[in-house]
Amino acid sequence: MIKDQEYLSEKASYCLDLAKKKGATDSSVVVSNSISETVNFRNKKLDESNRSDNLAIGITTYIDKKKSSISSSNLLKENLDILIEKCIETTKNTPEDEFNSLPDKDLLAKEVKDLDLYDETHIKNEDKIEYLTRLEISASSNKKIVNTESSFTEDKSNFILANSDGFCKGYKNSSFIASSVTVAKDEKSMERDYEYTSKCHLRDIKDAEVLGKLAAKQTIRKLSPKKISSEKIALIFDKRIAKGILSTFANAISSSAISRGTSFLKDKINQKIFSDEINIFDKPDILKGLGSRVFDAEGVKTDTLKLVEQGVLRHYLIDTYNGKKLKLRSNGRSGGTSNLYFNNGKVSYKDLLNSNSKCLYLTETIGHGSNIVTGDYSVGATGFLIENGEFKYPINEITIAGNFKEMFQNITLANDLEFEYSTNSPTMMIEGMVVAGK
Amino acid sequence: MTNFFKNSDLSRNDAENIVSDTLNKCDDGELYLEDSKSESIILDDNKIKGSSYSSDLGFGFRAVSDEIVAYSHSNEISKNSLNQSSESLKSTLRSTKGTYNHSIPKTNKKYYENINPIEQKSLDEKIEILNKVNNYLRSKDSNVKQVTANFSGEQKTIEIIRSGGETLSDVRPLIRFNVSVMLDKDGRKESGVYGIGGRKSYDSYLKEDNWKEVCDEALRIASVNLESKPAPAGEMKVVLGPGWPAILIHEAVGHGLEGDFNRKKTSAFHNLMGQKVASEGVTIVDDGTIDNRRGSLTIDDEGTPTEKTVLIENGVLKNFMQDRLNARLMKTRSTGSGRRENYRHIVLPRMRNTMMLNGNRTQEEMIKSVNKGIFAVSFGGGQVDITSGKFVFNCTEAYEIINGKIGSPIKGATLIGDGPSILKEVSMVGNDMMLDPGIGTCGKAGQGVPVGVAQPSILINKMTVGGTKL
Repeated sequence: MIKDQEYLSEKASYCLDLAKKKGATDSSVVVSNSISETVNFRNKKLDESNRSDNLAIGITTYIDKKKSSISSSNLLKENLDILIEKCIETTKNTPEDEFNSLPDKDLLAKEVKDLDLYDETHIKNEDKIEYLTRLEISASSNKKIVNTESSFTEDKSNFILANSDGFCKGYKNSSFIASSVTVAKDEKSMERDYEYTSKCHLRDIKDAEVLGKLAAKQTIRKLSPKKISSEKIALIFDKRIAKGILSTFANAISSSAISRGTSFLKDKINQKIFSDEINIFDKPDILKGLGSRVFDAEGVKTDTLKLVEQGVLRHYLIDTYNGKKLKLRSNGRSGGTSNLYFNNGKVSYKDLLNSNSKCLYLTETIGHGSNIVTGDYSVGATGFLIENGEFKYPINEITIAGNFKEMFQNITLANDLEFEYSTNSPTMMIEGMVVAGK
Repeated sequence: MTNFFKNSDLSRNDAENIVSDTLNKCDDGELYLEDSKSESIILDDNKIKGSSYSSDLGFGFRAVSDEIVAYSHSNEISKNSLNQSSESLKSTLRSTKGTYNHSIPKTNKKYYENINPIEQKSLDEKIEILNKVNNYLRSKDSNVKQVTANFSGEQKTIEIIRSGGETLSDVRPLIRFNVSVMLDKDGRKESGVYGIGGRKSYDSYLKEDNWKEVCDEALRIASVNLESKPAPAGEMKVVLGPGWPAILIHEAVGHGLEGDFNRKKTSAFHNLMGQKVASEGVTIVDDGTIDNRRGSLTIDDEGTPTEKTVLIENGVLKNFMQDRLNARLMKTRSTGSGRRENYRHIVLPRMRNTMMLNGNRTQEEMIKSVNKGIFAVSFGGGQVDITSGKFVFNCTEAYEIINGKIGSPIKGATLIGDGPSILKEVSMVGNDMMLDPGIGTCGKAGQGVPVGVAQPSILINKMTVGGTKL
């Protein structure tokens, strides 16, 4: 059973009290418990089961403008006593930083709005096995599929965040995740692809057969890929990777990158960085949303932000420390974005595919080629060649490259937005990028 | 040494009994106990950004029957908690008909000292060095606009209790020092990163000459990048410098030679044992036995002593890297490659220090032989799709080669290649093998473990360079 609010709050107040007694002028603490049960299948047989029960505590103590933090998985009183003692000692010996402080009191969340993020349903391993059996039978029904690996995870978590200004709140979260990775083979090649589903509530996850079929289909169509010549060509990003572009944007507008001057979007507030049609939202209060939250990692209430309005950057993602440095107030984004998404574009998916006589449709990128200091972008990619709106053949061993400053201006979005992840994008086209191949 | 049973209602004897009872009729398995202490101190934007300390204690209990692994972990070392885990394992495996394999090789060797690096230097001293780093870099070049420097140190104590009460243990120190510099010259920003580390005390790494060298190197890379031009796009010859660029070997072939992917036949190498997979003269080993290296281990996380495993010898595929499970199912022996990030994770066959050994050519010869290509000196991270064999890595310092001469620096570009065929494209192997500075972390199945790489300069006939200049 997941630890309840009472148990977690009791640990939290013990730490806050002790820190104060030992000389902290301020302190904050987060106590969490998560229980996760996973069953893995391989080639239609049970492969692994894994149960984990994690308790964790993180304490930050302040002595005026000095700050230090500790974390541990051991919540026994004797251990907490030792750790807090150590934390206070370290705090005393750490230099002052004028921007260190707890969040402004008036910004703290006043209530815990119920966002329907917890489904208490517990599925027994037998039922996970039943789901995975159906999934794998469906995934391996085509002879070209030579290997399947699937997994089902049930996660439950609970936490309390408390600070010496009297804040003490938390709530439960759950997730149910099923995934299928399939390997297909023909005379010329072996390819791998995947599909997964992740939801707060069990009843919302994809059906096992549907998931297995999708994974298999996406893998088989990658067989016998070709390499194309290096050229400038329009690129279409499948939804599952288009969201990656949005994540890079979020990293580049984090107040830490901005205050340190290490982002290509520094000083771009109220400037046009995307084309007119682009609107980007970060909406924390979507019911059952995978990125939903009531307050941020410091307890600051989170409101919906329209980060980009008709192409113009309106907000950074601000936490308390970097906010003070930038002379801005926290907007509740300590810990990053919540449910981040592009609004739908105007064209249909089909029209997007047809907008150029020839383009590449990308389904996967590999590598860590996003540089947020310069905006340079270069990653490996796999996908398909599209001619006149039709999928022609699979492509691999190519790279795509550009610079976000120009890429952002050249984005066209389809109108097929769905909320499958915490960061979501409609299908995206970017023109003007360079593909390196043969 | 940590006494895992101090302050617990669970005695060592109880634990041994529960382990033996649970693993009865299983093929393998163990109770893995871990106590880790780690600290990190960061200087950023002219300030010490606070310091953090973490202590983590827990166990992972594993039962293996045929191909099935049942695993349960908890951070509460108690009778109740271990019994609950035991029940969870039994309920997964239900009827087992195995015979527990008691055999595990022994070692008296140690590749690092039994020390706690965190305690060996006071916080004040560490803060002082970080401040010196900041002042040194900012006074050295007026274009320096941002400096981030950090220390991280760790001591991990592990103990493995096997069925029948056999116990194996290890104490592992690990430190890392990293410097990142951002320059701003006439509005153009570029950064450079460098670091060092290994299984040693801070003192052995952080003498004045040492930390200055790290600063100089980070600054040098950033300065080179300030002058960089757009990288070319397309297939061309690539000369790789010695040392850290060996992450190409790690990504291109290393992962594909891990036992699990080959047992499952999902690796592009699974049916190539004994065959020629690389040019003559290419020999690649994975070595866990080099003193004080980041990827070295006295015993792996199943208790098997590590070794120097020959993966490819003179172009021919000789061995995969194995943990006990995959070794048993592939009817071979463990190579001491069973590793895990911590007690929360199951063991997987992983790399340690992956190295391409010396040949007899010089870097100069290689560069001279190239009409059009690039010379890659330093890299960021890499990634591989082990099934298709395609891998990438990102250059952080590279130059154009034109008519046998090194030209201007080029912007960070991704290089992409095909694992099973890339080593056949190696046409020269240098005589200047170098170990990397001790900074690598390898990710697999959501688990990060410290690794090392090494190689001499090499010339690759053909790779795709992901630049923007057509």
